[in-house]
Amino acid sequence: MSTATPVTTTPPVKPGDVSAAAKAKKKLTSPWASLVAVVIAILWTLPTFGLLISSFRPERAIKTTGWWTFFSDPKVTFENYKAVFDPDSINLADFFLNSIVIALPAVIIPLCLASLAAYAFAWMNFPGKNILFITIFALQIVPLQVTLIPLLSLYVDMGIANTFWTLWLSHSAFALPLAIYILHNFIKEVPSSLIEAARMDGAGHVAIFFRVLLPLLTPALAAFGIFQFLWVWNDLLISLTFAGSPEISPLTVQLSNLSGTRGTAWHLLSAGAFVSIIVPVTVFLLLQRYFVRGLLAGSVKG
Amino acid sequence: MTPEALYDIGSGMFGQRGSSRSRVAIAGALSVGLAFSLTACGDSDSGDSGTTDNEAAAIDCAPYTAFGDLKGKTVTIYTGIVTPEDTPHKESYKPFEDCTGATIKYEGDKAFETQILVRAKAGNPPDLAFVPQPGLLKQLVDTGKAVEAPAETAANVDKFFGEDWKAYGTVNGKFYAAPLGANVKSLVWYSPAEFTEKGYTVPTTLDELKALTDKMVADGKKPWCAGISSGEATGWPLTDWMEDMMLRLNGPEAYDKWVSHEIPFNGPEATAALDAVGGYLKNDAYVNGGLGDVKSIASTTFQDAGLPILEGTCSLHRQASFYAANFSKDTKVAEDGDVFAFYLPGKDATDKPVLGGGEFVVSFADRPEVKAFQTYLSSDVWANTKAKLSSGWVSANKGLDPNNLTNPIDKLSATILLDPNATFRFDASDLMPGAVGSNAFWKQTTSWITGQDTKTTLDNIEKAWPQ
Repeated sequence: MSTATPVTTTPPVKPGDVSAAAKAKKKLTSPWASLVAVVIAILWTLPTFGLLISSFRPERAIKTTGWWTFFSDPKVTFENYKAVFDPDSINLADFFLNSIVIALPAVIIPLCLASLAAYAFAWMNFPGKNILFITIFALQIVPLQVTLIPLLSLYVDMGIANTFWTLWLSHSAFALPLAIYILHNFIKEVPSSLIEAARMDGAGHVAIFFRVLLPLLTPALAAFGIFQFLWVWNDLLISLTFAGSPEISPLTVQLSNLSGTRGTAWHLLSAGAFVSIIVPVTVFLLLQRYFVRGLLAGSVKG
Repeated sequence: MTPEALYDIGSGMFGQRGSSRSRVAIAGALSVGLAFSLTACGDSDSGDSGTTDNEAAAIDCAPYTAFGDLKGKTVTIYTGIVTPEDTPHKESYKPFEDCTGATIKYEGDKAFETQILVRAKAGNPPDLAFVPQPGLLKQLVDTGKAVEAPAETAANVDKFFGEDWKAYGTVNGKFYAAPLGANVKSLVWYSPAEFTEKGYTVPTTLDELKALTDKMVADGKKPWCAGISSGEATGWPLTDWMEDMMLRLNGPEAYDKWVSHEIPFNGPEATAALDAVGGYLKNDAYVNGGLGDVKSIASTTFQDAGLPILEGTCSLHRQASFYAANFSKDTKVAEDGDVFAFYLPGKDATDKPVLGGGEFVVSFADRPEVKAFQTYLSSDVWANTKAKLSSGWVSANKGLDPNNLTNPIDKLSATILLDPNATFRFDASDLMPGAVGSNAFWKQTTSWITGQDTKTTLDNIEKAWPQ
């Protein structure tokens, strides 16, 4: 995963005010707070845990009893996993691959475009800048559902219907307004003296962007990358509308069909769900510290 | 609090602590993911070539020569039929593919009913779509993208299907869609073992059904079980119940008028039909065997509703032929097995109304290979090929030999459908406008089962009818 590269980079944020951090730490570490945290953690994990156990139970057991009966009557089977990977019917493995092929460009394209646009909006002067920025910001209001049919007609006219391009372009287009806004606020926070110093040393826009701003931007880029990746990975609506062929459909589309025409095969859902959450969980675990930082990116003005 | 302090708390809570453990977890998860991707590459090749080689040898290509050489041509199909029912569909196309050289690309999607409209409107329709509702077929024709069925297909339909079936595929006097599969909804599931043990007999009239129910109550049982929960479509099993009663109590002519709104939805005919359903399903002595009281009907999913028959806590369950798929593989569905179904009788023994549903093949392209495949699907050759491959599938195609059906319940359905004395009527909620058929009808009957009276229910549905 390309978004994984920032892991090794040292976060540019300074340790900060020690006393404030200590104060906050003191306020947040009471035994009651810990207890509440543990209870919330258990409540939050329990459904997933139940899902995991269900995915290993035989069909009849899943259909007649709850997962907790596993402890009094443990029966383990791999039939559900065998069924969802059966190459002649459900074949989740192919769709898993499609999901990866869709998600990576759908994250990289908006990140590249948005970081360049955000730089231009933050540090370049051109006529109509503010109006353009407000327009882009306002585009977030447009519900993507109203664009589905017009976009699809456009893709048909362009001759790229039923290819990965429809998904890459749609995901990128829907992500750009928020991406530009978040990255713009982040770039704007960089002290102007830094940019001016670089300019004094003879750096042009390209050098400033790549050599001064990009290293500082890494946490924001990583954070937005995670958001976008999870969004694309879990997306069903856009893929249903634009994919239009099983060869390019992602995991979510097959997952929604897993229960069968009349919902008679719903015992496979727990196994299918587990296959699909492996990647989001991995991405989250790898990049979780950026995730928290990213939630704050753009929200606090320095 | 400064932002820096927040950052620190953040990394303290999630980042540093236990990172070595999480790294192990990540490594594990990543390698599993990699394994999936690798199997993806390996399996797809070996799977395909193996099966086609074996079957090609056994196929007699004589019936396919009329379609000509279609080598290198592709036909795309879009349908709501997904796993596991899609496998026999794909396999039934193999003789056509092997003999003509054409490739059939099958795409199943549970969101078919909404997505087909989006694709048709945007100009990206498939070559063929299997439409399960005549109402949806009309909407597709209205987009202007649907193509009339070729003369060969129409000739096949005239030869192999009844006029009623052809009429469902006709919009504004033009024939668009040939029938594909069918299902029979007028069935009552029961346990043959229980019937033998207690000396019950399969009823042949509605009065006998009532008498049988009372006899079971006298034996200390709650005979009927039902469930109508089905996500956003909750209530549909009740609409089937009501349609069955409408057809039986008032006859097919009144049923047709009711569907086309020539008689009001809340007239005396419909009131009698819904009250007849209430006589069974709103009677605490009759329901809800093994599941609770009358109200439990609303909260039980339709998939689970008939399962108590296996436990012996319920004896009768009215549901369509496709319900067979809900019993797990180790259950024997047969006349001498664990569970089977009988025809929901008419008012008297000679009266044989059948409620059912089915799919229709509508075309969006007039290329020769599409026409050829469309014609193939309407033929008796395909119906019999499909019959040998699938279980839980039946067609109203008169060329279908019931002996080719492997599953006893399919044989029963085929016998009912192909009976010359039977009067077939399509599921009314699939024919009515969407605002009624897939909205008010479902919702109001759900309120009805949880306590609303018959008059209010029918008045509310009548009000929802588009003017």
